[in-house]
Amino acid sequence: MSGLFGHLDWTVTPFAAAIADPGTNTFVAAGAAGLVVLGAVALLGFLTWFRLWGPLWRDWLTSADHKKIGVMYCVIGIVMLARGVAEGAVMRAHQAMALNGGPLSAEHFAELFSTHGTIMILFVAAPLVIGLINIVVPLQIGARDMAFPVMNQVSLGLTAAGAALLMISLVIGRFETGGWSAYPPYTGRVFSPGEGPDYWIWSVVPAGIGSMLSGINFAVTIYKCRAPGMTYMRMPLFTWTALCAAIMLVYAMPPVTVSSLMLALDRYAGFHFFTNDLGGNMMNYANIFWMFGHPEVYILVLPAYGVWSEVSATFSAKTLYGYPSLVIATMAIAVIAFTVWLHHFFTMGQSASVNIAFGIATMIIAVPTGVKVYDWMATLWRGRIRMTVPMVYLTGFFILFVIGGLTGVILANPTIDYQVHNTLFLVAHFHNVLIPGVLFAMLAGIHYWFPKVFGFRLHETWGKRAAWLWIVGFCVTFLPLYALGLMGMPRRSSSFADPAFVPLQLVAGAGAVIILLALAATLVCYGVSIRQRGTLAVPFGDPWDGRTLEWAMPAPAPEWNFAVIPAVAARDAFWAEKTGGDPYVAPERYEDIELPRPTALGLVICVATTAAGFALTWHIWWLALSGLVGIGLAVMVRAFATQTTRVLPAAEVAVHHGRWLEAVHTARGITRDAEDSPANRGLAAPDTEVTP
Amino acid sequence: MTEIDRDRGRYLIGAGLSALLTILAFAAVALGLSRGVALGIIGVTAVAQVIVQLRCFLHIDFSRQKREDLQLILFSLLLLAIMAGGTLWILANLAQRMM
Repeated sequence: MSGLFGHLDWTVTPFAAAIADPGTNTFVAAGAAGLVVLGAVALLGFLTWFRLWGPLWRDWLTSADHKKIGVMYCVIGIVMLARGVAEGAVMRAHQAMALNGGPLSAEHFAELFSTHGTIMILFVAAPLVIGLINIVVPLQIGARDMAFPVMNQVSLGLTAAGAALLMISLVIGRFETGGWSAYPPYTGRVFSPGEGPDYWIWSVVPAGIGSMLSGINFAVTIYKCRAPGMTYMRMPLFTWTALCAAIMLVYAMPPVTVSSLMLALDRYAGFHFFTNDLGGNMMNYANIFWMFGHPEVYILVLPAYGVWSEVSATFSAKTLYGYPSLVIATMAIAVIAFTVWLHHFFTMGQSASVNIAFGIATMIIAVPTGVKVYDWMATLWRGRIRMTVPMVYLTGFFILFVIGGLTGVILANPTIDYQVHNTLFLVAHFHNVLIPGVLFAMLAGIHYWFPKVFGFRLHETWGKRAAWLWIVGFCVTFLPLYALGLMGMPRRSSSFADPAFVPLQLVAGAGAVIILLALAATLVCYGVSIRQRGTLAVPFGDPWDGRTLEWAMPAPAPEWNFAVIPAVAARDAFWAEKTGGDPYVAPERYEDIELPRPTALGLVICVATTAAGFALTWHIWWLALSGLVGIGLAVMVRAFATQTTRVLPAAEVAVHHGRWLEAVHTARGITRDAEDSPANRGLAAPDTEVTP
Repeated sequence: MTEIDRDRGRYLIGAGLSALLTILAFAAVALGLSRGVALGIIGVTAVAQVIVQLRCFLHIDFSRQKREDLQLILFSLLLLAIMAGGTLWILANLAQRMM
């Protein structure tokens, strides 16, 4: 039996623990596991009841269309965001009651902060960023798809496999308890003999490989697939940030894959890379891990900066201020981000001269970011600003992100870091850059580009409610943590003995309730918008009086993106067409379009990788071997496929495009005053002054 | 001289130079030079051979159309230097302080 099921038996579920030892701690764990099971059953029931299996298979799971793949990335991000936020709220609730104890056990609390961190970085922020890049970049550069559409699907499959394993760990067994960075020797075989670190390893490794493949794909797409005339200095800024983030992904993801696999060798094969004895050096783990970990945060925040660049220019109806300086700042950040990793372990024991070198590099990286903030403010200066949802997020970002950045400069000083490292001050700092910096930008970006993908806008009022709740919720939850950190409260503590921490902990706990409401408002916003998609529809495709190429096509964007590949003559290509004449002219002739055929390769690799990861975690060797062989076989079978593309006849494109052009010519555009009214059908009437 | 002839010539030069540099490296060991000198010669010939192969086989040069490839190679070198150099510096420093 043990050969068949490995280390699995009936006692590993939280339900068994709740029956054996009833109490708040086990009930919380069993409740979370129950939610996952219920959610899965409800999803299966929903798909069956509405007969959606066929469309799901045909239109989504087997599609190699970059927009659909991007949407699926974002769905993973939002689902995992719900779990991550819920975990954060449970932790805040626990700490609010944690004077001399607290409802959860120390081990359960450790599992919570470990999964919360792993999820938020690798399965919320990363999928949202990669999803948005997937959706937007080919549209902005005038391409029909990614350079490697099927590899794109494989990247998604690998990321989904990692996310699936994290979800499984909630129901079967326990997750790792050493934080999202999983430092050995604690996570080694001697101190953590269970399945926890293995769950972590087999979630992180596929996601890391998938992200690296995404990086290769994005970089090649931007280098090789730009429309004629789209020179580097004409690329929209979001594409620039995507290019830099893509190159960083290629170089930053391999270190984490390598360090996780080395840890796996330690755990499974008795190696001694990071053990206490026999020549192991656990300090090298921290070194390799942060060689990935630090660039990773800039991989996430650079595309966020790209979103802010697009949003600030569009919603103030002005040319982006200081384009060359923004490009140079982006490239500078991409390089300097690789020279600061040691600031994550200033206190590990190296000499002061090593510390200060990395401290100075850390302070320098704040300079290009500061340049960017000034550029965005100058973009808004004397613009005709509309306070739409993305602009509300931008306002919150301006104020809060600068605070977060400044505390980062404070932490860059090793002598100060010695005082506040491992306290809640640090927790406050990185939430202060990641939530206003990355999460706000992703929510703003989803709101901004949603109509382009689905053909209808998101509900403005609900969007604004959500935005304000996120901003206020963030402030109430995380700003008190700075004070708690300075008062000396260590991070990751499941209980504390100083009653002075209680008042601010209660404030932070109340903030967590506001963040839960923000998450609910965000989901309500999506739900309400879907119900009202008729009145919110923008079929002509340009709801915000946009400036870049993606707005020059119908909404939802057709599978082939551009009826005819555009010739680009200016930086804000669509804006130049709108101000210089008629952007809606029928082309002289259409050509056949070659599109990637649907394939199940990504899905097969996803299932095989999930199975292999689960099997490795539980030492079910026959299944692990089958999963790995399955991955290899799937790739080999695909290599023999000769019919990988299909041709869309020019006549069909002409009919589709012609019908849209005709509708555009008979429609009346709306001015910016009517932007958030049902009159907005996605055709902009020129009413804003053109600033040089 | 046709394009094919030029290509063939370049591949032959590349193959010849690679062979020569390989022989030099082996010769440094076979001739029984001192350890330091031998390691130096092997290092120099290795780097030289990388450059020869990039130039002759992968056609990387300073021309405009190859600039992107060259930039990416140089960027890779820069990052490898930062990562490898940084690791050696940090771990050597830690090891020294563990004494």
